[in-house]
Amino acid sequence: MTGNHDVIVIGAGIVGAACARACAARGLQTLVVDAAGVGGGATAAGMGHIVAMDDSPAQLALTRRSQQLWSAIAAELPTEVEFERRGTLWVAADEEEMQEVLRKQTVYAAAGLETEVLDARSLAEAEPNLRPGLAGALRVPSDAVLYPPAAASFLLRQAMDLDAKLLAPQRVVAAANGQVSLDDGSRLYARRIVNACGAEATRFLPELPIRKRRGHLLITDRYPGFVHHQLVELGYLKSAHSVAADSTAFNVQPRQTGQILIGSSREFDAEDSTINHALLGAMLRRAESYLPGIGRLRAIRVWTGFRAATPDKLPLIGPWPEDASLCLATGHEGLGITTSLATGELVAAEIAGVRPEIAAEPYLPARFGDGIRTDSESMLFGEAAYD
Amino acid sequence: MKKDFDILVVGAGPAGIAAAIAAAENGLRVGVVDDSPSPGGQIWRRGTQPPTAARRWNDRFEAAAVVRMMGWRVIDCLRLTPEGGILRAECNTPGVQPADLHFRHLILATGARERFLPFPGWTLPNVMGAGGLDAMVRGGLPIEGKRVVIAGTGPLLLAVAAQLTAHGASVVAICEQASLAQMAPLALALLRQPGKLLQGAKYRWATRKTPFFTRCWPAAALAEPNPGPGSENEPQPRLQAVTLHREGKQWTVACDYLACGFHLVPNTELASLLGSRIQDGFVVTDQQMRTSIPAVWCAGEPTGIGGVDASLLEGRIAGLSAAGKTEAARALSKRRPGMQAFARALERACRLDPRLRELADDQTIVCRCEDVRMAALRGRSGWRDAKLHTRCGMGPCQGRVCGGAAEFLFGWSAGHAHPPLYPARVSSLMEEAEEEAMAASSSHPAIEPE
Ligand SMILES: Cc1cc2nc3c(=O)[nH]c(=O)nc-3n(C[C@H](O)[C@H](O)[C@H](O)COP(=O)(O)OP(=O)(O)OC[C@H]3O[C@@H](n4cnc5c(N)ncnc54)[C@H](O)[C@@H]3O)c2cc1C
Ligand SMILES: Cc1cc2nc3c(=O)[nH]c(=O)nc-3n(C[C@H](O)[C@H](O)[C@H](O)COP(=O)(O)OP(=O)(O)OC[C@H]3O[C@@H](n4cnc5c(N)ncnc54)[C@H](O)[C@@H]3O)c2cc1C
Repeated sequence: MTGNHDVIVIGAGIVGAACARACAARGLQTLVVDAAGVGGGATAAGMGHIVAMDDSPAQLALTRRSQQLWSAIAAELPTEVEFERRGTLWVAADEEEMQEVLRKQTVYAAAGLETEVLDARSLAEAEPNLRPGLAGALRVPSDAVLYPPAAASFLLRQAMDLDAKLLAPQRVVAAANGQVSLDDGSRLYARRIVNACGAEATRFLPELPIRKRRGHLLITDRYPGFVHHQLVELGYLKSAHSVAADSTAFNVQPRQTGQILIGSSREFDAEDSTINHALLGAMLRRAESYLPGIGRLRAIRVWTGFRAATPDKLPLIGPWPEDASLCLATGHEGLGITTSLATGELVAAEIAGVRPEIAAEPYLPARFGDGIRTDSESMLFGEAAYD
Repeated sequence: MKKDFDILVVGAGPAGIAAAIAAAENGLRVGVVDDSPSPGGQIWRRGTQPPTAARRWNDRFEAAAVVRMMGWRVIDCLRLTPEGGILRAECNTPGVQPADLHFRHLILATGARERFLPFPGWTLPNVMGAGGLDAMVRGGLPIEGKRVVIAGTGPLLLAVAAQLTAHGASVVAICEQASLAQMAPLALALLRQPGKLLQGAKYRWATRKTPFFTRCWPAAALAEPNPGPGSENEPQPRLQAVTLHREGKQWTVACDYLACGFHLVPNTELASLLGSRIQDGFVVTDQQMRTSIPAVWCAGEPTGIGGVDASLLEGRIAGLSAAGKTEAARALSKRRPGMQAFARALERACRLDPRLRELADDQTIVCRCEDVRMAALRGRSGWRDAKLHTRCGMGPCQGRVCGGAAEFLFGWSAGHAHPPLYPARVSSLMEEAEEEAMAASSSHPAIEPE
């Protein structure tokens, strides 16, 4: 294991696992190193909504491509991945938000995504537990839900079937110039090193334009049929959160177990995993304002996780301008479960030196210039993104 | 609802009762919260004829100027600083708003629960915890004439056997997993506590007709042959018999109930949520029962399984110390070493035989909430890894049942506790803490018992 590898992937979250799988599939000798176990970072905290998002054309391209890749392997996914094509309902509270539904439909159609506009009545029929008086929704039937840690495990198993190796638990303390140093003092060598450490990626590359963005989630006991789709409000567009402010949004997901996952919140500069009760409360009240019966459900656990946020809400995928051996696969904010597969595809294409399926440019770390600065002043982080 | 206390005690078992009395007798505003409908904890609750000592404590507790919140469950901690904090509690009665309990000092007296070990058939109806069956019988479950096998380890088995026998049950076997040699030091330690020894002797006398096997445990609980389709009344297979194992021999005993208790697991979830130091499964305290966190004390079973007398003593020490009576607390704490020696002897006596790890086969369920079987858990690297990849411990009990088993089977220690501590209504987590002058309460203790 200490010999030479074509690729060392640091991080066995869903992104690292997808990168390893794609590299191994290209015949590259791949080693994955993780400080803990498989899928125990943000991957264990995320919602697992596989969602097409159109915050920017580049985001739509990446999520759309990923969705196609998930569809392609859907039949192979073992039951514990709990993959279900639930579809998303983007819920419009009023006529103004209905305009957004129509705009979104046009954009999705241009990208080849079929959607359906629900009026107030069909929305109420589709989701009887939503409050009355909502204007309608956009249904995106191809969106899905899965259980991220099991998905990461599956992707890594596939990589290992293609001869990739896993080294864990083993913490990386430095990675540069084709050399990876572990905290036990040993060193590993590879032609290319992929930094897939999620929100921890800045630990040994402090100049990365990444900030941790904490999120809360709550899971309930089993209430099969309480909701049928992943339900997300369109309202966050209107309330255009300021750069620094903490925010919450209505985002509720039915799990295959019958449990309900309630999100979501966003806050910068929270470094530990303790619960922010004020924000949690605001998040739950927001959910209740859409699903009035949700207060009666039994909560069994609340937790937090960290998203790796970039200033332009797009991930950092591709070579690091200052070290040709380094390749980044991080900065996925609230979309890394979804976009893990397209990220792997882009990373493997870069390392193998072939043309990728979708244009790589929008995600290249070089877009921030060579000497990337990260003091928060110079980082213009956009408003609340989606989970 | 908001309540202000100088000292808040969580748990109204012996430790909590003793702590509350000690603090209240020093003129402080004391609140006690417990999720059961009545005080007394594991041992005194629902007792038809509580022992004299218990009655004395209960009477003092009744008379003390203490605000009792029975039937309330602490579900979360909203704030904790060296000056105090806020716990949120949910009422077991539906429709009642949650309460925010403000405190300057907090005493954790959350007790312990029984440890369950998985073996084939342990999830059948009528296979239950020894203490659990005991409580149900005291609560009115008809047991007269029913055949009961009691298995596990520790003095609890005899106590429960005596109790059930008194209620007319036919206890057909008591199976203690430990050897006689292993239990001998406990008997010696008991010599120094004649009360306990006498009590043990009484229990054994009460159950003298029941065979008592050492190094014996249940190999499998057997169900009646499945009634098959058509019998709608009884879709669940029922317990019919238990196969017992002793020194390579196995035999089967017919029974209606199998009551198991493989000693106790301390309830350290609240301590863990507060971030207090926990070592080898127990909350770490100093001689004054102070935890590693300022403003938080801990007494009773979470600090070590030492029985009711140790819990009472620790409770009094914690109550005095939290009330600022450091000298009195220090004087009392001189009596702890003897109690701790008993706790150590008890722990040695109840140490589980490693062969019990082999009871569960691949198909045996370990996590009842999520139906996780033994085979899925083998090869996982730890509790968190097992949770993430098998869902073990992810259900409503959040590992309270399977966590104790996994600890013994695989040596995994449970992770950090998350809120809510118990399944709680989503609405109970919605409201922010009421922020009001906490300082006002501190200097003029207004006593207002409920
Ligand atoms: C509340 C919340 C909800 C979300 N919901 C969704 C959703 O619905 N849909 C969606 O697509 N995305 C969602 N996300 C985002 C998603 O969870 C993340 O983008 C994704 O999990 C990132 O995966 P990753 O592999 O990059 O990082 P991680 O899963 O964090 O993996 C990083 C790995 O690197 C390892 N590591 C770190 N440092 C080192 C080191 N020095 N040495 C060795 N190993 C190291 C860690 O142990 C870890 O295993 C959500 C996130 C949050 C917080
Ligand atoms: C059936 C049985 C028989 C026993 N017999 C004997 C015996 O004969 N002799 C002997 O010495 N010992 C005996 N014991 C042990 C004895 O019960 C304990 O030593 C003693 O009760 C410990 O007291 P405690 O105050 O630490 O905990 P407990 O009595 O367990 O009290 C803890 C209380 O805290 C409450 N609580 C916990 N968490 C929360 C929360 N988050 N919110 C609200 N309330 C909470 C619990 O409901 C409980 O009422 C027996 C135990 C059992 C189960």
